[in-house]
Amino acid sequence: MEAAGATADHERDTGAMRGVPGWVLGLVPLLLIIAAVGSFAALGGPGLGERRGVPVEELAVERTKLVPGTIELTVRNDGPDPVSVAQVIVNDAFVSFRGAQAPIGRLGTAILAIEQPWIEGEAYEVALLTASGATITHAIDAAVRTPVANLSFYGLMALLGIYVGVIPIALGMLWLPWIRRIPASWMRFVMALTIGLLGFLAIDATLEGLELGGQGSQAFGGTALVFIGAAVAFLALTGVSAWLRDRRRAGAAAGASASSLATLIAVGIGLHNLGEGLAIGTAYTTGALALGAFLVVGFALHNTTEGLAIVAPIARSQPTLGRLAALGLIAGAPAVLGAWIGAAAFNSSVAAFLFGAGAGAILQVMVQLAPTLRDEDGRMLHPRAVGGLLAGLALMFATGLLVSV
Amino acid sequence: MAPLTRRRLLRAVPALGLGAAALHATVPHSHGTAAAAEHEGAHAAGDGAPAAAGHGGHAGFRGGEVDHRANGFDPHEIIRDFDWGTTSKLPDGRTLREWTLAAAEQEVEIAPGVTFAAWSYNGRIPGPTLRAKEGERLRIRFVNGGRHPHTIHFHGIHTAPADGVLGLGAGEIAPGASTVYEFDALPFGLHLYHCHVRPLAEHIAKGLYGAFIIDPKDARPKADELLMVMNGFDTNYDRANELYAANTIGFAYAERPIRVKRGELVRLYLVNVLEYDLINSFHLHGNFFHYFPTGTSKKPVEFTDTVMMCQGQRGILEMRFPHLGKYMFHAHQSEFTELGWMGFFEVVD
Repeated sequence: MEAAGATADHERDTGAMRGVPGWVLGLVPLLLIIAAVGSFAALGGPGLGERRGVPVEELAVERTKLVPGTIELTVRNDGPDPVSVAQVIVNDAFVSFRGAQAPIGRLGTAILAIEQPWIEGEAYEVALLTASGATITHAIDAAVRTPVANLSFYGLMALLGIYVGVIPIALGMLWLPWIRRIPASWMRFVMALTIGLLGFLAIDATLEGLELGGQGSQAFGGTALVFIGAAVAFLALTGVSAWLRDRRRAGAAAGASASSLATLIAVGIGLHNLGEGLAIGTAYTTGALALGAFLVVGFALHNTTEGLAIVAPIARSQPTLGRLAALGLIAGAPAVLGAWIGAAAFNSSVAAFLFGAGAGAILQVMVQLAPTLRDEDGRMLHPRAVGGLLAGLALMFATGLLVSV
Repeated sequence: MAPLTRRRLLRAVPALGLGAAALHATVPHSHGTAAAAEHEGAHAAGDGAPAAAGHGGHAGFRGGEVDHRANGFDPHEIIRDFDWGTTSKLPDGRTLREWTLAAAEQEVEIAPGVTFAAWSYNGRIPGPTLRAKEGERLRIRFVNGGRHPHTIHFHGIHTAPADGVLGLGAGEIAPGASTVYEFDALPFGLHLYHCHVRPLAEHIAKGLYGAFIIDPKDARPKADELLMVMNGFDTNYDRANELYAANTIGFAYAERPIRVKRGELVRLYLVNVLEYDLINSFHLHGNFFHYFPTGTSKKPVEFTDTVMMCQGQRGILEMRFPHLGKYMFHAHQSEFTELGWMGFFEVVD
């Protein structure tokens, strides 16, 4: 009965609107919305009265650059109202500065070049005094000259990226011949180990992303960007893998899905390493990163496990050397790119998003890998798989400590 | 890979590698900067060094001077503006001196581009410098034009009802209401007046204060007389001052020095009303002064170049400049100096 009634209504509607093209019906409400919002804004919000309270003045410092005699701050207006930086105080003294002559509009940015003969290693507190007398403070814990982004600097960042990203992964991939020899039941252990490793990375990337998202400008979502990034990466990779599967189904050989799985893992780890490189590049420019042989060795041990994760799904297929190299580069090279971006144009919002994307990508890979744990009885969390998962977490945790000490 | 833990803990890792060494080699040395050189240049120049141009390397505001006209008062005028009120004769032959003071709320540009929601007496901060002679009868009509209760509490010798505090005499004067404070001009010296309504710190810090001078019966020697009320402003309401000044506008006398004549007696009436900081001070470069605390004696107690005052303390400084040129004065709390409380005397012939 109901179905019949609905159909009758539907027919009546089409009867009344007969002759009107479908796209017009979609467009009319949109135009009405624009007209309503436009006239509301043009009339200054009739009936709402005057605004109460003082302007909300919020600025977030997105980047701090120190060159001799100058502290350069890149600020972004986080709040709803324009902000005028009238004066600048550094360590309880008014100082001369250039930039931000005009009020900074919502989401707008400005660069303040502050004259301060700063001393290496000392702490500085910069207070931006707004037109209304509010102060926005920014702490520099220890002043260190920001490296100049020249060719040798980018070279150093590239070297760093290769050390922590490309080489360890390539080394890890050398386990491929060994994986090929082990029996199927132990292979499931290795896959579980891989998932455990990835799980640690996902948690780690999320935490790092949340920390970065909490810093700097909150105007673009702050920590929410981590989850948005994760969702975007997860959905994008799911879409890509579904699309690949469709194509393969159209006319491909067996083993192809294992190969695409390896690609997905490489992409996921690559995204994560992009974030990793970003963090390293930023830490280096802010003087928080002390480079040394011990550090690089630690990274190498820690990150070889990623190589193992890539080759595990393709153990039963016969990939060419070129393909293996490509996988290694997809996973490791983003560390170089990340280090460049982090050192040259760090933005905590972008970084939070990228860390989220890394976590989402890894999560997607874990979902893809999960079926490979199934034993002959169809169980997923059989003792060997659980052992592998725990071993993966333990391995990451232990090698992480090596780097941290 | 654990970027989080790494990044955190790496800060504690000793600098093992080449990167850290390279950083160290490129560290700037503050003494070599242009700003420091400029600073020294300004100090060395005895005559004609332009203080206004970037403050000669000193701390200063961007944008030069505030709009004194829009503020309705100018520290360059306040410094020599003494309000003698209007006089009449009482039946007993004594002089009756009268003023009207009105409290108001006004926006004041206290640094270029920075406005402060201030309270003022007669549209200026500090309020009018009331000046009388010892023993005169004084009558001050007070009109509260603000939106909060206010009073005027005078320092001096007077009866309890004229004290301008809650519960005595007219007590707190409600918005729109008025009252009259009447007392004798005693003792001679340099005094002050301020609002005495709670919260006290806020009522004072927002600008309700001024200087009150009682000249001795036998007048002090003729001099170029100046007034400075040392104050500060807490623009973000954290009970700490963002700006310090003499006569409200920081660096005003650095932008445009106070001109005095060589060899002429200069008498500076100095009052400290600074809220939120325990002490304030005045230090003079290139010269010394005779100091008369509270101005209640005509004998100086000290020949010095620095005096320290707590809130409400005040004193008279007398000096002669033997040399031409610019002589800085400032609080000898370096923080206050660089947050606005600094200026110059310019000695001319």
